[in-house]
Amino acid sequence: MSRGPVGSRRSVGSRRSVVGRGWRRLGTALGLVLLTVYSLAPFYWMVVSSLRGEQDILSNAPLPAAPTLANYADVLGGNARFLLALRNSAVIASVTTLLALVMAVSAAYALARLRFRGKGLVLGAVLSAAMFPGISLVTPMFKLFSDWGLIDTYPALVVPDLSFALPLAVWVLTSFFIDLPWGLEEAAQIDGCSRPQAFRRVILPIAAPAVFTTTILVFITVWNEYLVASSMSLTANASPVTVAIARLAGSSQFQQPFGQQMAAGVVVCVPIVLVVLVFQRRIIAGLTAGAVKG
Amino acid sequence: MSGATTTRRRLDGLSAAGLLLPTLLVLALVIGYPLLLAVNLSLFSDPIAGVPEFVGVDNYARALWGADAGRFWSAAATTGGFTLVVVALELAVGLAMALFMHQLKRGKAFARVCVLVPWAVPTAVATVLWQWMFSTGGVVNALTGAETLWTGAEGPARAAVVIIDVWKTAPFVALLLLAGLQTIPGEMYEAAKVDGAGAWKRFTRVTLPMLAPATAVAVLFRILDALRMYDVPAILTNGANGTTTLSLLTQQLAIGQVRVGYGSALSTLTFLLIFLVALAFIKATGARIAGGRS
Repeated sequence: MSRGPVGSRRSVGSRRSVVGRGWRRLGTALGLVLLTVYSLAPFYWMVVSSLRGEQDILSNAPLPAAPTLANYADVLGGNARFLLALRNSAVIASVTTLLALVMAVSAAYALARLRFRGKGLVLGAVLSAAMFPGISLVTPMFKLFSDWGLIDTYPALVVPDLSFALPLAVWVLTSFFIDLPWGLEEAAQIDGCSRPQAFRRVILPIAAPAVFTTTILVFITVWNEYLVASSMSLTANASPVTVAIARLAGSSQFQQPFGQQMAAGVVVCVPIVLVVLVFQRRIIAGLTAGAVKG
Repeated sequence: MSGATTTRRRLDGLSAAGLLLPTLLVLALVIGYPLLLAVNLSLFSDPIAGVPEFVGVDNYARALWGADAGRFWSAAATTGGFTLVVVALELAVGLAMALFMHQLKRGKAFARVCVLVPWAVPTAVATVLWQWMFSTGGVVNALTGAETLWTGAEGPARAAVVIIDVWKTAPFVALLLLAGLQTIPGEMYEAAKVDGAGAWKRFTRVTLPMLAPATAVAVLFRILDALRMYDVPAILTNGANGTTTLSLLTQQLAIGQVRVGYGSALSTLTFLLIFLVALAFIKATGARIAGGRS
């Protein structure tokens, strides 16, 4: 970008700048290594630890002496409580995401497309809702769901989760929708489509990537939630994976089953990391959409 | 012409109301109603047996200057301290990461995937992982050659909470700032160069001022998020050794000990505190978060 005439004139034949470029390359390589270690070294350790046997678990050698899948067998086999937790997480996150997205699509359409009074107020309300401290909802909701006998059931997790999933979905979708080519909708209306028809046939196909990205973001956020999950679930019946991993109990109180926890962690992280690898561009666009423009 | 516009506007207003209704209704139900319910519950006692009695503002007095004031203010101070340290470090690390990634020519996509990984992993899993690495015979002590009891004393326990939170969230700040950097037009740097500004001057006179809005948004998001910190101390130490945050204290009393009345007072106080900080921050920086879009 800035490699214009200014940059090239300076580097013509000068040995110093060749050396400078070498240093620069070395610095860049070093920076990339640092960044990789920062981000991935803890995961490397999680994987390595998950593959260690009982004899080996306290070793700090960079590779397991005798790699074993025993921890995975313990976590995924046995009484299969962790499998139940995976199912709970999948159900809770899917239902919450679906409900949030259905409501958010129409709200975001209104906020991005229509002109009406009080729009700033609605947007402000949505943003404050997204920033709302979960603990202020968990306490009264715990009382409500206890009174109704719903603690440790899916609704007791899905309803509080909506309090952050819905505002997040509305916010991200609105910032995406603002940038859509809305002129196409008007063109379709001139061609004889009604407004809902124009929305369905013209706008929805263009908006699909935005909806998809928002779905991923909301799903990950709900999947990762811990405060609501740990407050509203008591047993394996409704505990999602975040709670299950933290509560994974060893043979005694003082012997935390780290090997199994690491194996469970790997099982939870692999799908998320895959999604991140495949959709990184979209995810970053979604994460920053609401924050940078404006 | 003006008549047609008015009709159009009125129609838009009507459809907007219909489209926004589900979202606003649900937000009122899952946020507005619990908030009011908490205020109501906070005015009642927590009898061991029998019916809660109306006690007025006794629960607030108990937390603010009464029998339990010590615990409340210590949690408030811990929360405030964590927030200051964590946000400052995340801003520093995040800015360094963003500047590094911005100047990359090759490997940019790789770097972005790397930093997305800590963000995408559940905080609960990240905390269990770091708990393992921070254990007495763990890899952190092995690498540093120390024998620190990370969760055994106030200083190290607090440091551990800070390290985990910064590790997980600095990448998010980096992505927000990177998006901000990408909106700075290259011509501004060219112009500064032509005017004879060196690299440092370009950084302080062009990059930093142009990055200020993105930074304000990132810092606001992070302050509000850090003030409600729960997952890391709840799992790492369960609040031992000076790591009890307001959210954790409230959760332990309201749900762990089922003291709904007092817990509701604490949750209302936490909400008020966060609300006031957000208001002060927006006033101070003039950050136009919601109002900037039309």
